Amino acid sequence: MTAPLDVSGSELEAAPDAVLDGTRAKAIEGRSLGQIAWMRLKRDKVALTGAGVVVFLILVAVFAPLIVGLIGHEPTKFNQDLISSETMAPVDGTGISWTHPFGVEPVNGRDIFSRIIYGARISLLIAFLATLLSVVIGTMLGVMAGYFGGWVDSVISKAMDVFLAFPLLVFAIALAGIVPDTAFGLSGDALRVSLLVFIIGFFNWPYIGRIMRGQTLSLREREFVDAARSLGARGPYIIFREMLPNLVAPILVYATLLIPTNILFEAALSFLGVGVRPPTPTWGGMLSDAVRFYTIPHFMFFPGMAIFITVLAFNLFGDGLRDALDPRAR
Amino acid sequence: MVTYIIRRLIWAVVMIAIVSMITFAIFFLVPRLAGATSESLAARYVGRTASAQQVTVAAERLGFNDPLIVQYGRFAKGIVTGADYDYGPGVERCPAPCFGYSFLTRLPVWPDLLNRLPVTLSLALGAAVIWLIAGVATGVLSALRRGSFFDRAAMGIALAGVSLPIFFTGIVSLVVFSYGRPLALTAPGGSFTPFFVNPAQWAYSLILPWITLAFLYAAGYARLTRSGMLETMNEDYIRTARAKGLTERVVVFKHGLRGALTPILTIFGLDLGLLMGGAVLTESTFSLPGIGKYAIDAITNQDLPKVMGVTLVAAFFVVVANLVVDLLYAVVDPRVRLS
Repeated sequence: MTAPLDVSGSELEAAPDAVLDGTRAKAIEGRSLGQIAWMRLKRDKVALTGAGVVVFLILVAVFAPLIVGLIGHEPTKFNQDLISSETMAPVDGTGISWTHPFGVEPVNGRDIFSRIIYGARISLLIAFLATLLSVVIGTMLGVMAGYFGGWVDSVISKAMDVFLAFPLLVFAIALAGIVPDTAFGLSGDALRVSLLVFIIGFFNWPYIGRIMRGQTLSLREREFVDAARSLGARGPYIIFREMLPNLVAPILVYATLLIPTNILFEAALSFLGVGVRPPTPTWGGMLSDAVRFYTIPHFMFFPGMAIFITVLAFNLFGDGLRDALDPRAR
Repeated sequence: MVTYIIRRLIWAVVMIAIVSMITFAIFFLVPRLAGATSESLAARYVGRTASAQQVTVAAERLGFNDPLIVQYGRFAKGIVTGADYDYGPGVERCPAPCFGYSFLTRLPVWPDLLNRLPVTLSLALGAAVIWLIAGVATGVLSALRRGSFFDRAAMGIALAGVSLPIFFTGIVSLVVFSYGRPLALTAPGGSFTPFFVNPAQWAYSLILPWITLAFLYAAGYARLTRSGMLETMNEDYIRTARAKGLTERVVVFKHGLRGALTPILTIFGLDLGLLMGGAVLTESTFSLPGIGKYAIDAITNQDLPKVMGVTLVAAFFVVVANLVVDLLYAVVDPRVRLS
C-alpha cells in the first residue's frame, strides 16, 4: 500500500480517477432517472391519489369473492322479494340498505354492489391484458422499425397506417359479434375475455408502435449507442442493453395511459352487447340494462360512476407519471 | 407537389384495398376457425324452417363454398363494376358501387348506406365545429393563464371529460334534459329531420347529441392545445417575435397557435374520419339512424354484406381524412413534400 498523495483526499481530485477506472463511479453518480421520477411523483398529490385509487381497485378486483362473501349476495342471485310486482322497481325505490349498499336492480333484484365489485374484475383484467399485448407488439415492431430503418421501417410504418385506418370500434363489434359461444377450444367467460383482449390489444398496438419508433429513431443517433457500436456491440445487444432501458420510461407512461382507454373500450363493447356475456356482470352491460330503467337513476349511477372513477384514477396517475418521467422537464 | 399528391393518392387507394382484403379475410375466416361451415352460415339466411336441401342450395347460391380469393374477387368486382345477384327467386342487377345484398332484407346495401350518411355527417360535422372551437379556445386560454383558477378548473373538467364514457353522459343528458321534460331537447327515442326539410327541426333534433359528443372531444382537444401551446410559447421563435416588437395578440395567434395547431390538425383529421364512418356509441345512445346504428343492427343480425359495407365506408372516410390532412400539411409546411 503506497502512501496517499497529499491532494487525494479532495473529492475534486478523486472524481476524474474514479470516472476513468469506474470503480468508484457509484460515489459520484447522480440520482437515477427512477429516483428523480419517484421524488417528483411523491410531491404530486393528485397523481398519488390516482395511484391509491388504482391500487384500491386492483385489490377490490382480486379479492372480489371475499368482499362479496362478507356482504353475502352473489352477483347473479335474484332477490325478487325486494321488487314490487307491479312496477318491477325495487320496493322502496332503490333497495339501498346495509345489506345492499348500492341497492338492487329492477325486475330481478340482483345486488348492484356485488355486481360492481365483480365487474371490476372483468374490466381491469381485460384492460391490463390488452394493454400488455399492445405494448409487447408495439414495442417490438416500433423498435425494429426505428432501429433497422430502410425497408423494415417502411413495411412496419405502412402496416401501422393500415391498422390506424381500420374503423376500430365497428370492426371490434363485428369481430366480437361473429364469434360463436364456443370457439378455439374455449367457451363462456374465458372465450369472451380472451377474444376482447385480443381485439382491443391487437388493434391498439400502432399507437405505442409509433411512439416507440420515434423514440428509437432519436436514441439510435445518441452518442452512447455510437460508443457501444464502436466497441463492437451487435444489434441485439444494442437493442436490449442500450436502447430498451431508455425506452422503459415512455413504455410505462403510455401503457398507464392506454389502460383507461382500454377500460372505456371494453365498457363500450359490453354496452353494445358484444362484451362478456350476461349473467357475468360488466359495467358496460349494467349501463346498457339501466337505459331502459331511466326512471330508476341509481341503477345507471353506480356502473357509470365505477367506470368514471376507474378511468379518472388511471388518467391522473398516468398524467403524473408522465410529468415525473418527462425528459424535457428534467 | 404534383408527384407528392399522386403518390399519396395511390397509397390511399392501396390502403383501402388492403383494408378491404383484411376485412373480408377476417369475416370469412373467423367464423370458420370458430367452427362454422358453409351450411351453418347459409342456414342463418334461409329461415328456421328450411330443409337441409334448401340450406345446401343457399350455401352454393351465396358462394360460401368458393375459395376465399374467389369470394373476395367477386366482392371487389361488384364494387367497381356492379354485379348481378341471384338472390333466390330471380336475378337482380346491382349497379356499382355494389356492396352486395343484405342476406336478411334482400335489399342492396349501398342505397341503405347512402340514406344513413346524412345523419352521421350532420352529427359528426356539427359536433366537430363545437369541439374544435370550444376545445382550442379553452386550451389557449388555459395555457396563457397557466396556474390560474380558470386553468385549474378547465383542466379539471377536461380530465373528467376524457374519463367519462359517452354512453353514460349521453344517457344522463337524456334523463336530465329530454325524457319527460316539458321542454324536451330531443324527442325520446331519437329522431332525425334532414337539414333541407327543416333546418330548425334538424338542429333541434341534434343539439343534445352534438353537445354530448363535442364535450368528450373538446376535453381532449383542450388538453392537447394547452400542452402544445405551452411548448410552442417556449420556443425561440416566439421570443424572436416578441423581440421584434410584435403585439402579444399577433405573437399568440399568428406564431404560437399556428405551431401548436399542426399536431391537432392531424388528430382532428383522424377523429373526424373515424366519426364520419359511424359514431357508433353516440348514435346507439341517442337512437339516431346513422351509419353507426346501421353497423350495430347489421352485426346484431349477423348480416355480413352490411357489416362489410359499413367497415369499408368507414375505412374510406378515415383514409380520405388522412389524405386531406397530409395534403394540407404539404401546403402549410414545404418540408413535407421533400420527404
